[in-house]
Amino acid sequence: MTDSVLNARADARARGGQTSEWMPYLPASSSPYRPPGVEALTWAETVAPGGYTHKVLARGTRIRFDDPTGDACAHVIVYNALETVERLNLADTVKIPWQAYLGAGHPLLSGDGRVLATIVGDTSGHHDAFCGTTTEAWNQRKYGDARPEGPSPAGRSLFVKAAAKHGLAPRDLPPSVSFFQGIRVDADGAFVWRGSAGEGTSVELLAELPLLVLVANVPHPLDPRADYVVGPLRVHAWRAAPTGPDDDRFQATPEAHRAYLNTIDYAEARGL
Amino acid sequence: MTSSLALDWSEPLVAGEVVLDDRVAPNASWSAVVRAGHVLTIVDVGGNQSGDCLLYNAADTEERYSVPDTLAWQGNAYVRTGTVLRSNLGNPLMTVVGNEIDRQDTIGGACSKESNTLRYGHHVMFHHGCRENFLSEGAKHGLGLRDLVSNLNWFMNVPVEADGALGIVDGMSAPGKRVAVRAETDVLVLVSNCPQMNNPCNDFNPTPLRMIVVRP
Ligand SMILES: [Zn+2]
Repeated sequence: MTDSVLNARADARARGGQTSEWMPYLPASSSPYRPPGVEALTWAETVAPGGYTHKVLARGTRIRFDDPTGDACAHVIVYNALETVERLNLADTVKIPWQAYLGAGHPLLSGDGRVLATIVGDTSGHHDAFCGTTTEAWNQRKYGDARPEGPSPAGRSLFVKAAAKHGLAPRDLPPSVSFFQGIRVDADGAFVWRGSAGEGTSVELLAELPLLVLVANVPHPLDPRADYVVGPLRVHAWRAAPTGPDDDRFQATPEAHRAYLNTIDYAEARGL
Repeated sequence: MTSSLALDWSEPLVAGEVVLDDRVAPNASWSAVVRAGHVLTIVDVGGNQSGDCLLYNAADTEERYSVPDTLAWQGNAYVRTGTVLRSNLGNPLMTVVGNEIDRQDTIGGACSKESNTLRYGHHVMFHHGCRENFLSEGAKHGLGLRDLVSNLNWFMNVPVEADGALGIVDGMSAPGKRVAVRAETDVLVLVSNCPQMNNPCNDFNPTPLRMIVVRP
């Protein structure tokens, strides 16, 4: 009965306390999927297939993405939360480390010579820094429907909304990276689809600066399946320490070393 | 590593009425609106001179060149004749209609004072960079740092090797080599004549570029 305010309120309140397959968990530490060995979580969520999420995270936060079914595809953009004009620069992210294929130890660099986040864990190895995410034009052609509210939304449509919730405009969306669905480049430059490494893999990022993280969980643009196939994506985060001189990766390469020096220089100057 | 002192200013790659013919000095920036249907020829006058390039829909600069859309739609990491240079909405901005080198680059990005500190050390922070050029040239059109995205590098050579190793290596161009791109809509073109002196993208010797727009 919703014929009066009182009844409508009772009806609404009776809906609380339920669960769904895709939802945030609050408090985060109550997540039914809390990673082993982690006590206090600061973010816990299962992102729906075709869904998105976003969060501002403290420097030193460790972020874990899990692909429980082998069909997730986490499209990610990261920004310096304090100055969002500093954002993921994929060209520098592959050029500076001299490596196009992402994996553990790879820094996600901004255009300002700093590390926004480091990939500190990776049991998948199937990722992509070339193809970005899908557009409405792409999904319309591939699936016949690209409405943001429809059954096959494009990654860009989700990023537009996620960015807007932090005051950012479409012009603030740089090319994104994707995790859990991989490609390789053959000798002629052609992309070779590798797809997923299978169910149960994870990727962990370490926030080297205060981060705004945007995540869209949609099929990779080159996914050869005609249907819009994507699985749930789990996201968990907790407080840890940013990369410092005691970590092996701090001086693993001269490029990474100077990138971490630049990052720490910025953080120190800002009193972080 | 020695570069030829010969300059070859060449001619438009596609015949037509010349509507614009500019020379871009070494280290300088350039911009122009290329009208739909017009063809821009870029001449590598001194050989192996990277021309870093960004494209915008002239009527709405929020629509701009997109590396991932360009690459995903063609299923290939390299730019060659026939490559459609697409926007962040997936729409064609320009099409490569002529190309005199094996392949053109769009994965190497632009050099900058900041990334130079990572690649070469903080002692080169004072050097000029393409990002500086994009900022000063873009400001003439109301564009700022938020509008800089991954770009094209005409005449630059960035192979991806079997294990994913990627980097800027010796160029495959020569004095007078050209690339021609046809505008599919009115396109604002920003170019940085790359001033980089620390890697082979300019053969360690920045040289001029010639920009010719014709109405075919
Ligand atoms: Zn440059």
